[in-house]
Amino acid sequence: MNRGIQLRERVILGAMMAISIVPFVGVLFTSLHPQGIVPEGISWPASPQWGNYLDAWSIGNIGELLWSSTLIVLAVVPVGVLVCTMAGFALGHLRTPGRALISTLFLAGLAVPFESAIVPLYYQAEALGTLNTRWAIILPMIGLLAPFGVFWMSAHFRGVPSAISEAARMDGADTIRLFLHVHLPLALPAISTLALLQFISTWNQFLVASVLVDDPGMRTMAGALGAFQGEHRTDVVLLCAGAVTIMLPTVLLFLFLQRRFVTALLAGAVK
Amino acid sequence: MRDTGRDRAGLLWVLPALGFYACFVLYPLTQTARYSLYDWNGIGEATWVGLRNYLTVLTDPTLRDSVVHALVLILFFTVIPVSISLLAVATMGRLRTGAFVSAARTVLFLPQIIPLVGAAIIWTWMYSDQGAVNQVLRAVGLSALARPWLADFGTALAAVGLIGSWVSTGFCFVLLMVGAGKIDPALYEAARLDGANAAQEFRHITLPALRNEIGVAATITTIAALSSFDIVYVSTGGGPGFSTMVPGVQIIRLAFTTGEVGLSSALAIVLLALVLAVVLPMQVSNRKARP
Repeated sequence: MNRGIQLRERVILGAMMAISIVPFVGVLFTSLHPQGIVPEGISWPASPQWGNYLDAWSIGNIGELLWSSTLIVLAVVPVGVLVCTMAGFALGHLRTPGRALISTLFLAGLAVPFESAIVPLYYQAEALGTLNTRWAIILPMIGLLAPFGVFWMSAHFRGVPSAISEAARMDGADTIRLFLHVHLPLALPAISTLALLQFISTWNQFLVASVLVDDPGMRTMAGALGAFQGEHRTDVVLLCAGAVTIMLPTVLLFLFLQRRFVTALLAGAVK
Repeated sequence: MRDTGRDRAGLLWVLPALGFYACFVLYPLTQTARYSLYDWNGIGEATWVGLRNYLTVLTDPTLRDSVVHALVLILFFTVIPVSISLLAVATMGRLRTGAFVSAARTVLFLPQIIPLVGAAIIWTWMYSDQGAVNQVLRAVGLSALARPWLADFGTALAAVGLIGSWVSTGFCFVLLMVGAGKIDPALYEAARLDGANAAQEFRHITLPALRNEIGVAATITTIAALSSFDIVYVSTGGGPGFSTMVPGVQIIRLAFTTGEVGLSSALAIVLLALVLAVVLPMQVSNRKARP
């Protein structure tokens, strides 16, 4: 009987895995056909054209894109995580006046579709002179990711026993020292999860990147992928090779850090 | 008692995050609300029109339909993935951990990790005339059904919706599977001793225990459905005709292609109201369900 249940689990899990993976296999196979032809469904080519990837790399300027996405992420994530951690500390642990109101204000932001703010953000970037620069993506992304970040970090700091702070205060620590020496080390797991989530959201951001920056070379990976699709939609093979190349860094990083990724995404959802 | 003293200093700690949030979310939202009351092409003079743009959103068939499409997408982004996941979790019973299960978690998460643009590109090819979907149909003798799914007025919206189902199902399933793993096995044993069948076990044990996870999965995927942009923009651009047009794509089109910033903004405010109207009751019932 036990074995029967195990078999059933395996069949169900196997079927769900197949649905997730088959489209990826399809794109991979298609990307290896000779350029310019339209292959029939999912089929392994007679002679795989690995050179398609070299072409996609140079045509899509993948090196430049990786660099651009990295610059954007390196600006968004450290600043985003820092400001959210500070706010979470104040709202979840310190007795900040009006903290219920401020927390609710951030909480409401969780339901705001980016589309509801994007048109004014365009005119704002134009006025600030950041339109078509990476700043046009960086600055709004920090703001757009703040509601979740603040929510996430306050939830962490609410869970820290206040006795820890009282002991440190007794030893004469001021708020800054209390934060740096006592609370920051304790918050590291929550902070690294938040950093990973902000990284994914920024790297995969399409709407903000494609509306505020014209040059795909200054966008995030997802924004660039959209542009690549626009230019090469007629050449299915090259498009697939480009799509695989652009998605590959994310997928590799995911496989490398998969346990952290899955835990982070699940934890991010349940909190 | 929380930390005492230094009350006002706390505000300084909130200020940087609040500053970014106010400058790049709250202030733009007030601007959207302001634009929505004007007739403005984005460059020239703006004319005050009161609530006329909202009236247009509610009466213009194309705009009204885009809102209806967003609601239809909830079926594909939320109802289908959550139902499939529940069914799978219920059928599997209690899951052991092991290499196979952790491999499954990884694979099921892949659609969630790649950008939605990537998912849309993959499926645009799958749905195309010579794509994998038609290949399968022809192979099983259903070639009469084969068609360019995203270009057909009758199937485009469902086809786009199913891309969303593909993206969300793995996430919902893993979420529910982890939740089901936390249910006390003694509950099932007790039920079995009382002679409960599988359906009763599901209704009285599994379902109530997973209420929180279901609520979370439903909330997140519903927001994704209502504010969908990437998948639709890349796979169909809202076409053929306006058969897959959603508010997200329409907001961008109206503001930057047809130069109707006021109308675009009214639609953006309606979209925001719609998300809040659907998500707030869900959140309230989630909080109530918590122990």
